[in-house]
Amino acid sequence: MTDPQLRHVGLKVGGFEAIDVEEAETGIFGFWVFLMSDAILFALLFAVYGTQLAATAGAPGPAAEFKIDSAFWETMVLLLSSFTYGMSSFAMKYGGQLRWVVGMLLVTLVLGLTFLGMEANDFAVMIHDGATPDRSGFLSAFFALVPTHGLHVVAGCSWIVVMLVQVAAFGLDDRVKINLLRLGLFWHFLDVIWIAIFSVVYLQGVMR
Amino acid sequence: MTGSEIWTTLLGRFEWSDLPFVRAWEKGTLSEAIGAGAGGVVVVGAVLLVALLTYKRWWKPLWSDWLTSLDHKKIGIMYIVLAFVMLSRALIEAVLMRTQQAVAIGAPGLVGPNHFAQLFSTHGSIMVFFMAMPFLTGLINYVVPLQIGARDVAFPLLNSISLMLTAGGAGLMMVSLAIGEFSTGGWSGYPPYTEAAYQPGVGPDYWIWAITLSSIGSTLVGMNIAVTIFKKRCPGLKLMRMPLFCWTSLCTSILMIFAMPPLTVATLMLALDRYLGYHFFTNDLGGNMMIYIDLFWLFGHPEVYILILPAFGVYSEVISAFSSKELYGYVSLVIATMAIAVLSFTVWLHHFFTMGQSADINAVFGIATMTIGIPTGVKVYDWIWTMFRGEVRLTPPMLFSLAFIVTFVLGGFTGILLAMPPVDFVVHNTVFLVAHFHNMLIPGLLYGMIAGYQYWFPKAFGFRLNERWGTVSFVCWVSGFYLAFMPLYVLGLAGLARRTQEILEPDFRPWLLVALLGAFLLLAGLATLFVQLYVSVRQRDQHRVPVGDPWGARSLEWSVAAPPPEYNFATIPHVGRRDPWHWRKANGGAYKPADHYRDIAMPRNSMVGPVVGLSGAVCAFGLVWHIWWMAAFGLAVLWAAVIARSFVRRTKRVIGAREVEATDRAWLATAAAQQVHPRELETTSANAGLAELHA
Repeated sequence: MTDPQLRHVGLKVGGFEAIDVEEAETGIFGFWVFLMSDAILFALLFAVYGTQLAATAGAPGPAAEFKIDSAFWETMVLLLSSFTYGMSSFAMKYGGQLRWVVGMLLVTLVLGLTFLGMEANDFAVMIHDGATPDRSGFLSAFFALVPTHGLHVVAGCSWIVVMLVQVAAFGLDDRVKINLLRLGLFWHFLDVIWIAIFSVVYLQGVMR
Repeated sequence: MTGSEIWTTLLGRFEWSDLPFVRAWEKGTLSEAIGAGAGGVVVVGAVLLVALLTYKRWWKPLWSDWLTSLDHKKIGIMYIVLAFVMLSRALIEAVLMRTQQAVAIGAPGLVGPNHFAQLFSTHGSIMVFFMAMPFLTGLINYVVPLQIGARDVAFPLLNSISLMLTAGGAGLMMVSLAIGEFSTGGWSGYPPYTEAAYQPGVGPDYWIWAITLSSIGSTLVGMNIAVTIFKKRCPGLKLMRMPLFCWTSLCTSILMIFAMPPLTVATLMLALDRYLGYHFFTNDLGGNMMIYIDLFWLFGHPEVYILILPAFGVYSEVISAFSSKELYGYVSLVIATMAIAVLSFTVWLHHFFTMGQSADINAVFGIATMTIGIPTGVKVYDWIWTMFRGEVRLTPPMLFSLAFIVTFVLGGFTGILLAMPPVDFVVHNTVFLVAHFHNMLIPGLLYGMIAGYQYWFPKAFGFRLNERWGTVSFVCWVSGFYLAFMPLYVLGLAGLARRTQEILEPDFRPWLLVALLGAFLLLAGLATLFVQLYVSVRQRDQHRVPVGDPWGARSLEWSVAAPPPEYNFATIPHVGRRDPWHWRKANGGAYKPADHYRDIAMPRNSMVGPVVGLSGAVCAFGLVWHIWWMAAFGLAVLWAAVIARSFVRRTKRVIGAREVEATDRAWLATAAAQQVHPRELETTSANAGLAELHA
């Protein structure tokens, strides 16, 4: 029997004072399983969106409502936030300079909030134009898929705030590190989902 | 604000006439009286429970020993208690429905159409989500960590949260008896009938939120058990060395991870339709009910295997133990289990052959459906071969297993019939279908759960259940099943539509009376199970099995005391082959002290589980009644509890090596002082849990 090794980027559980390596490994594997289940949720919402594309029922359709430039800048903001989160993870892994870890988390938070603001503005414009979810099956599907991603980003931002408080309270102890790693997985997962939304919803909408 | 505005703000859409007691007073019909009676049972039951807990001063032990416990064994037991409570309610509803159909031949009968529709909706919803799921989750929770040589599941707190979410959903079901009404849309809640346009009341909302709470709980259970089995096995316990119950639990958990999200998505979309005017499944503005039906059965068919696979695992353990033989065809059973799990995702369309697909698509799904019969058949033969030339003892768990094999095969045949679309077109929506799925789920789930309950009970509580009452119960459950459901095959072929409140064909009467007799026998089966429990508790001193291996079984859960210590294993076992406990007994490695005892860290109790469950239920209740402040409050408390928990750093409690050693040595001394019992005295007080070794 060889000792189990931890192979996750960004995680150096040190000292084993609170959590042993196997437990950390289990915790992170469990989060992957959760993401898989969450991915199924999004897959189903995408499937529903696909089947409802034509069900516009006389209400505004994709071509009329989607602003590709706004969606493009939202994508950029979210991608940048994934990059800054990665910087935070690197800072945690190499040297563990608290200043960088926290600083990059703050930048990520600001970018996440920016994304949410831009998305809320998009929704407000659509609703102002009369493209509300109770108008058609298509708009219902849109307002299920995209805001579900938005809600996930809200959850992610709240989680960043909680983690900032925890870093202030406990420093970078093992549980904080593991949670930052899980939050990272979550944040990058949301990025992947957004890429799919950008392609399936916005790009397809413009091309139609 | 006017008075009515204040009322609406505080109490949402609640009105006095929502109370069944007020309705019964105002209308005075028998149907309403029965509804009020049921509501009264809930209220009086709750009051009596509170009174009993207060009188006996059980609040504190209930809270600190059970509700806040993160011990997988206690959580498992609580799941099973919940299952029995809900089973009692849903079985009484079944008897009421059988009675209604038997007396309402050309007459209105006991309950009105609306009430009857609520009965079959709650019966189905409870049996699937609040009886079957908690029961199998409870067994898995109790047994799997012990079988894989682990001290707990991977995420003990998540386990508690899952239990409490399910309990919250179950509580919502019970509340719906006393406040308001339930959905009339069946357990599957098909829109557009469950849309606000047709059922604007609270009924479908109760259904939506009860199911949502339970489905989230089940998704979390699936993740927890899968990760437990992948990551927490003891050294040397390779996957192909696991007991078969672990395999079926693993497949069930994987199915939960993949199949519960479609249900959550479907119910939440229905909620969006009802609350915010979305158009997913409405008749107008581009809504499409088929989306719901696909999503629902994308969950619903794998769900059948979520329910049945754990029972298959139980049968594998029981038949092997009570035949004193190793399981025949282990590898084929594993492959068959995996095959069933994969195939279960390829057949969902057979639940709606008649809903407008082309004949070719129906044919593909019909063939896929029949394919599932192949791995299932493999399993049946493996179980039979396991018994072949074994030392078979007809104890209650074994009797249930044998009844399962015969009855389940019969149900399988009718399943093959229904898998043919042309046949399905003729008998769909008749009681033939009702007979078929009860024929699958009663032997394929309930018998297995009862068998598992009887088989592992001595492990959990340290004494056997009375076998004589177990046999009486078995006779009731099996004869009751045949009498209740065989007539429904006949009636279905004769054209009796399912869910019929009043019957117009007098020729159906004799069959319906036989079915009613069967329903009463099934109720007697449940009653005798409770009698068995009562008698066994009274006689527990004669039935103790402290050494912990009453049946001479083969897997690791029998290698520890009964009941096991909180940490399960004084030292984590090392495993070199299949059936490790049997091997240790055969090679003189059993009942030996460890070389070295260590401190053991176990999770501390946490109140987060009960808080999350309760606040989830409060939020759901607020949503049902449009009491928005209550919904917001529940949700806020729920998330506050979760976030606050993430700040708790002292989550573990250390049990000292000395204490572990003392407990272990005391148990070993008990084992050394006991006589080995031969197989034929297994069901007598000679059985102290130290079985004779055989084969």
